[in-house]
Amino acid sequence: MKVGIPRALLYYKYEKLWTTFFDECGIEYIISPETNKAIINDAANLAIDETCLPTKILLGHINWLKNQCDYIFIPRVEFVYRAQMCTKFMAQIDLVMNTFRGEHLKFLFYNLYKKGPKAEYKAFKKMGKYLGLKKSVYKYAYYTAKQAQVYYEMFRAQNQLQLLQQPTPQNKVLVVAHAYNIGDKFVGEPILRTLKNLGCRPIIAEYFDARECIQASKQLSRTLPWAYNQHLLGAIALYHEQVDGIVILTTFPCGPDSMVNEMIVRKIKDKPILTLTMDTQDGSAGLETRLESFVDILNFQKERPHA
Amino acid sequence: MRKEVVACFPQWGNYSHAFKFLLERGFNVKYLTPPPITRQTLALGSKYSPDYVCAPFKYCLGCYIEALAQGANCLLQIFGACRLNYYGELAEQILRDLGYDFQFMNMAGIQWLSPKSIMENFKIVNPDVSLVKVAAALPTTLKMIEYIDIVEDYLRRNVGFEVNDGDFDRLYQQFSRDLDTVESRKQLKKIFKSYWQRFRQIPLNKPAKTFKVGMVGDYYTVQEPFSNYFMEKELAKMGMEVYRDMNLTNSIVHNKWRERHKVGKKYAKYNIGATATFTVAEALQFAKQGFDGIIQVKSFGCTPEIDAMPILQNVANDYNIPILHFSFDSQTSEAGVKTRLEAFYDMVAARHQGGKR
Repeated sequence: MKVGIPRALLYYKYEKLWTTFFDECGIEYIISPETNKAIINDAANLAIDETCLPTKILLGHINWLKNQCDYIFIPRVEFVYRAQMCTKFMAQIDLVMNTFRGEHLKFLFYNLYKKGPKAEYKAFKKMGKYLGLKKSVYKYAYYTAKQAQVYYEMFRAQNQLQLLQQPTPQNKVLVVAHAYNIGDKFVGEPILRTLKNLGCRPIIAEYFDARECIQASKQLSRTLPWAYNQHLLGAIALYHEQVDGIVILTTFPCGPDSMVNEMIVRKIKDKPILTLTMDTQDGSAGLETRLESFVDILNFQKERPHA
Repeated sequence: MRKEVVACFPQWGNYSHAFKFLLERGFNVKYLTPPPITRQTLALGSKYSPDYVCAPFKYCLGCYIEALAQGANCLLQIFGACRLNYYGELAEQILRDLGYDFQFMNMAGIQWLSPKSIMENFKIVNPDVSLVKVAAALPTTLKMIEYIDIVEDYLRRNVGFEVNDGDFDRLYQQFSRDLDTVESRKQLKKIFKSYWQRFRQIPLNKPAKTFKVGMVGDYYTVQEPFSNYFMEKELAKMGMEVYRDMNLTNSIVHNKWRERHKVGKKYAKYNIGATATFTVAEALQFAKQGFDGIIQVKSFGCTPEIDAMPILQNVANDYNIPILHFSFDSQTSEAGVKTRLEAFYDMVAARHQGGKR
């Protein structure tokens, strides 16, 4: 039996959790390749025009996986850290099932639909039972996987803090984007590359510790409902004084971001902010020009801090 | 001396009578009926809101600005399962940045399980609020919402077939005027009974076979006539019966969520967020009842409704029923909507004549 994991959306959040779980259970899996032009084209054909870019990419990856494996793994997550999620994470299973109806694909569902600390284990338990695993196997696999995920995140956060606090002549730029945007080869990668080429040090907001960030986000916005946006907003609240500028990367037409970005721009007044919106047809030239002029502003500010 | 509180809730269908009753009788403050939505409202709203936020936010913001200019000083916003949850805080921030002075009760910030939190938030509206009074006014408010929905349902089905033009409109205006004078539940019942009889007596010229159309869509767009370009009226003028299940009665007063979820389970296994589960279940019910068409209206970028679209297309394929998707933003032209509706009507009529069903 072979399970296919689409490299899209929640994969970038829970990569270690899922892969370790399958490893420990002894289940073979493949992960779809990095997003490329072909996948994007497939995605654009499969999805409704108005669907947001990450969801389109998910459909593209599933299209790639459909002939390569026995089961396609689709996650569905309703709550994270007791906070609500964007509805696209709740609709993933039904969206995929309805889009690929009539192709007789087999799916493996991972459904996290409750609040509370045990919810994640229950989701894995259900999946383990469906796969016909023993309780001892999936329980052990889950706890090992959880540990791997926690340590991975901790390590990443420490690394990111080090990068932030190290004194350097480079411009430090806080890149604010969801995990599935910043990790994607098509969406986030060009921006990080361009920033590095321009002599900046990108600090990724997503990699900071989630718990601290979510607590800090309450300073800026009290009723923000979405867990992942709370995380990003909290990172801005905590670290915006230590960076030179902020780049916000959004995909079109992201629901939560459309409102939260406005809030960020209205609340953070002391740092230059650049908002980039990506779509399926984005060429890289326009992007580079905008980033170049943004970096020019940062350099200009450094030379004449009180101008 | 304290300033007099003038509360306002954004324009939303014809429910302002109910909100007025709740705030005047329950909270004991003055209520400003929001000015009807015009192009100006939408222009104001889109000027100050972020680019691709959903259209209802723009309507709400425009409505707030107009209400503030008319003397309102306490604004209200409800909460929901989608972006609606964040409407309150962002709208408040934008209005504060514009320099307005007002109170804002954001129901998304209330913890409904904690009486302390409820009281604290209600005190924003009126510092001497009495929970007993609010609780006493609530049943009448809900009943009023129910009555409004009953009348509107009847109107939607029959307004296209009236013998004398404008009968329904005139009577409905009288009905809404009288609703504003309601003081008790008894009086409300009396008013409803008398008008209900008069509505039923309006002469109709209904042919034996009429085209039935079901409307589904996102919470605000489907309920607020201006935001769907008076589509219900337009359809009625063509001589169609319009059915719509999504209203306050079915979503708040008697929440039929579980029922709906069960109905749509074949197509949407899980809850797909906000009103999308409703949309799927309603469309399925319309299809099963042998309707002649389904129209989905939504604001541009409404995530749950977009996720429902592939499901609706599958429903349409399985039951062989035409479905029309409308996506509204601040710049959709009225003529374009009309043309598409006319084409839809022609198609429905042609299908009927061709005997394909």
